[in-house]
Amino acid sequence: MEQEQKVAVHVEHLNAWYGKTQALYDINLTIAPLSVTAFIGPSGCGKSTILRCLNRMHEEVPRASAAGLVQIEGVNIYAHSIKPMYIRLHIGMVFQQPNPLPTRSIWENVAIGAQINGLAKGKALHERVERSLRQAALWDEVKDRLHSSATTLSGGQQQRLCIARALATEPKILLMDEPASALDPESTFKVEELIQELKKQYTVIIVTHNMQQAARIGDTTAFFLKGHVIEFGETQHLFTHPQKQETEYYVTGRFS
Amino acid sequence: MSAVSQVYQSHPFHPPLSILTVRRRISNILAIVLTTIFILFTVGILLYLISYVLVQGLHFINLDFFTQVPTPDGAPGGGMGQSVQGTLILVGLATLMGVPLGLFTGIYLSEFGQGHFAASIRFLVDILTGIPTIIFGLFVWGLIVVPNHSFSGFAGGMALGIIMVPIVTRTTEDILRLVPRETREASLALGATESQTILRVVIPSALNGIITGIILAMARVAGETAPLIMTAFGTTYWNADITQPTDALPLGIYNFSHSPYQEQVNQAYAGAFILIMLIFLTSFAVRWATKGFEQTNR
Repeated sequence: MEQEQKVAVHVEHLNAWYGKTQALYDINLTIAPLSVTAFIGPSGCGKSTILRCLNRMHEEVPRASAAGLVQIEGVNIYAHSIKPMYIRLHIGMVFQQPNPLPTRSIWENVAIGAQINGLAKGKALHERVERSLRQAALWDEVKDRLHSSATTLSGGQQQRLCIARALATEPKILLMDEPASALDPESTFKVEELIQELKKQYTVIIVTHNMQQAARIGDTTAFFLKGHVIEFGETQHLFTHPQKQETEYYVTGRFS
Repeated sequence: MSAVSQVYQSHPFHPPLSILTVRRRISNILAIVLTTIFILFTVGILLYLISYVLVQGLHFINLDFFTQVPTPDGAPGGGMGQSVQGTLILVGLATLMGVPLGLFTGIYLSEFGQGHFAASIRFLVDILTGIPTIIFGLFVWGLIVVPNHSFSGFAGGMALGIIMVPIVTRTTEDILRLVPRETREASLALGATESQTILRVVIPSALNGIITGIILAMARVAGETAPLIMTAFGTTYWNADITQPTDALPLGIYNFSHSPYQEQVNQAYAGAFILIMLIFLTSFAVRWATKGFEQTNR
């Protein structure tokens, strides 16, 4: 099973629809473990859709469907016997708009993933919460007010709280859908720094509409256009020596 | 250079008083005046109503009102204690019977209500909110009162409970729909099942509004008279037995208001005042109690 150790995510012939409209066409990708992969492309190209297919959140949209092979650490998550919620336990997701649970405190927000799935209780749970908050570089800022409402945090802090919440279930893969696009530049910088730290322990896949961000933090980059993967490779190579003309047009800013 | 730009060139911050600006100013003032008049009218009616009842009834509110039952045949004294007791019993009964059904229907319609079946349910619920409440009384009369040969508090509570169901369903569904998709997605992305998401995330976020809806439905049925006429029927004795006829404030007011004895008419006014106060206090209590659950949406 050496192949599984070299491959965190393997996508083969993935197609996805919203109702009758096809959004993804025959996607094939292989993502290495403990790396950061950036999905870039213009609006509507399908990069968020494919991200949501990786933890089966896509099918939560009414009348949406997907078909194909998606293997996470060797397990086909679209197999009939697999329940979507079991998959999502092992894959963390951070959304574009920070979405802390509004009626819960900071501590409860981070703990809820572990509580719902019965992963830890009592002291072990508290350790888990602290560990996740430290990993999200938020512990020092909130350790004195763990029981105040999550909505009292700033935007950047809320997003780091959402990252801590995603990490609390100890996933292998972290999916991030434009996590910094709603944040100010300083918070964005902190989140990018955080991602560089996180990739030592997790496989991170980040959707971004900001090419410079992809160039800064991505080890590999995939360029999407109209539901197809146009090019996929090492970030520096993709930006400096793009193989396809569409890629070149996009990275040089001819269209965005 | 066009005429317009010429004009604006020479008057950069004070455009001339053309017909258009005059018309806009007039319609602006007209709108403000009209809305103010209507607001004063509406508030005025409300204030007049309350002050009329207050003036007539406040006088006659005393301890006896709550602790005594009506005296026989116009003897002095007495009160409407059994009406107050009955209202509390009937509204409590109605809440127990109507709220669970309304709550779960509202949750179903909001969380699982995309298909034709749900659309039909929603349609029926909407119809129910418009049915005159005396019909519910008639329904319970035929179902419970006639076979048992007895008016009862239970029948009254049931009639009021049925009235509460569509109200609670509507408010619950509307409030749950307001919980943003992002909050639900956050829960699902953590590996929660649908029911865990609903129970632990969606409903707590909407609890504020749900409780408001329930309490407002309670205040609403506290004032219903017609459905109680043929179910609870009313009484002039203390009664805590729900298998027996039970009184209620609206019924008591109705009966006393055309009594030949002035004292009882006065007590009817007092009862009306108490009823209005009850509803006022309920609204304030709701606002006060749910302040802690505010959610801030960015």
